[in-house]
Amino acid sequence: MNEFGTQIEQLIPRLRRYARALTGERTVADDLVQDTLERAWNKLHLWRRGSDLRAWLFTIMHNTHVNQVRSRASATIVPLDAEAYDAPVRATQMDMLEIRDLESALQRLPSEQREVLLLIALERLSYEETAKALGIPLGTVMSRLHRARERLRTLLDGAPGNGTSLKVVK
Amino acid sequence: MSALPITESDLHAYLDGRLPAARRGEVEEYLARHPEEAARIAAYHAQDEALKVLFDPVLDEPVPQRLLRRPPSLLRHAAIIAWLALGVVIGWVGRDLGPDGIRADMPAWAHRAAVAHVVYSPEVRHPVEVAADQEAHLVNWLSKRLGADLRVPQLSALGYALVGGRLLPGEQGPVAQFMYQDGKGQRLTLYVRTNADDARETAFRYARENNVGVFYWLDRKLGYALSGEMDKDELLRVATAVYRQLNP
Repeated sequence: MNEFGTQIEQLIPRLRRYARALTGERTVADDLVQDTLERAWNKLHLWRRGSDLRAWLFTIMHNTHVNQVRSRASATIVPLDAEAYDAPVRATQMDMLEIRDLESALQRLPSEQREVLLLIALERLSYEETAKALGIPLGTVMSRLHRARERLRTLLDGAPGNGTSLKVVK
Repeated sequence: MSALPITESDLHAYLDGRLPAARRGEVEEYLARHPEEAARIAAYHAQDEALKVLFDPVLDEPVPQRLLRRPPSLLRHAAIIAWLALGVVIGWVGRDLGPDGIRADMPAWAHRAAVAHVVYSPEVRHPVEVAADQEAHLVNWLSKRLGADLRVPQLSALGYALVGGRLLPGEQGPVAQFMYQDGKGQRLTLYVRTNADDARETAFRYARENNVGVFYWLDRKLGYALSGEMDKDELLRVATAVYRQLNP
């Protein structure tokens, strides 16, 4: 039990990073992490010792998120936390892309594409792990990944403040 | 040696570092020959890197305290006990169930009250929907939903403080549950239903299901059931006080 607790606590920063990218808002993201952790504690007996705890937690987070999105489908979420807007900016590595544009473009992706892109590009899950975490076939992971990257590129090309629309990135 | 055509999946796997070395070389050759594709993949790469720049700082943030709370083992025990108790109640009640699923000697609504007690009284974090500090709101809300003027008995003289209340589904519509607690955490629930005019009896009745005692009675249009895991005398003492307060 304690061993499990320690492992979970070590993974919290990564759960928070993923949740933040997924929801785009600090408070909403931490609520999602909290709900995920509570479910994980309650479902402890379902976790197979020795299996990948992180992938298991991402699965729980995915299911929790899907339920929340469904139940909030008609509600508008107002961020309560002004810090949610304090996106960290390290512009030096980012000559081509405006960080702020990326953040809003990411939130404009369909949620199922965003999940796949973030699990692979940010969380570095393998394609197989991603398929398992989301409960979808490998081929679906690939097609969502392709669409997510292309959609993001199109959105960023056309983003305001990024010069003329549809410019070719060289 | 003619290589297999480069697919979109190859390009992404290249980007994600998931290609075997041989194939990686082929993809690189392909990109060298197709500058527009190379530009597209470079853009994807820049996006991925930008995601890390944007969100990696979250890893270094201090974790909010609320996320570090491990559930007290008591809470889990309480939940398990509640489920066990519920199973026992259902099993116990089921023992006497007729083909209609209704016990001859206990009305279904009083049985529902006992089950609601078993389900909610062990709750540590969410015992009620509206807490006692918003008592006026609680009474207005539940009165409105039940379509009857409800009153909340004050039992502090008997050592029970109001915890709050919640709305529950009854057989024919909404019902209310008020919860009380003594200094040791012992809880009582008062279940209130409407549409009680179908009933013929107004006397106090008592039933016991495993650990849960229930006093129930009808009073004009309302039905009341007081449940608690305590002996009959103590429960009767409280039930009498509730009845007197509602009929001054």
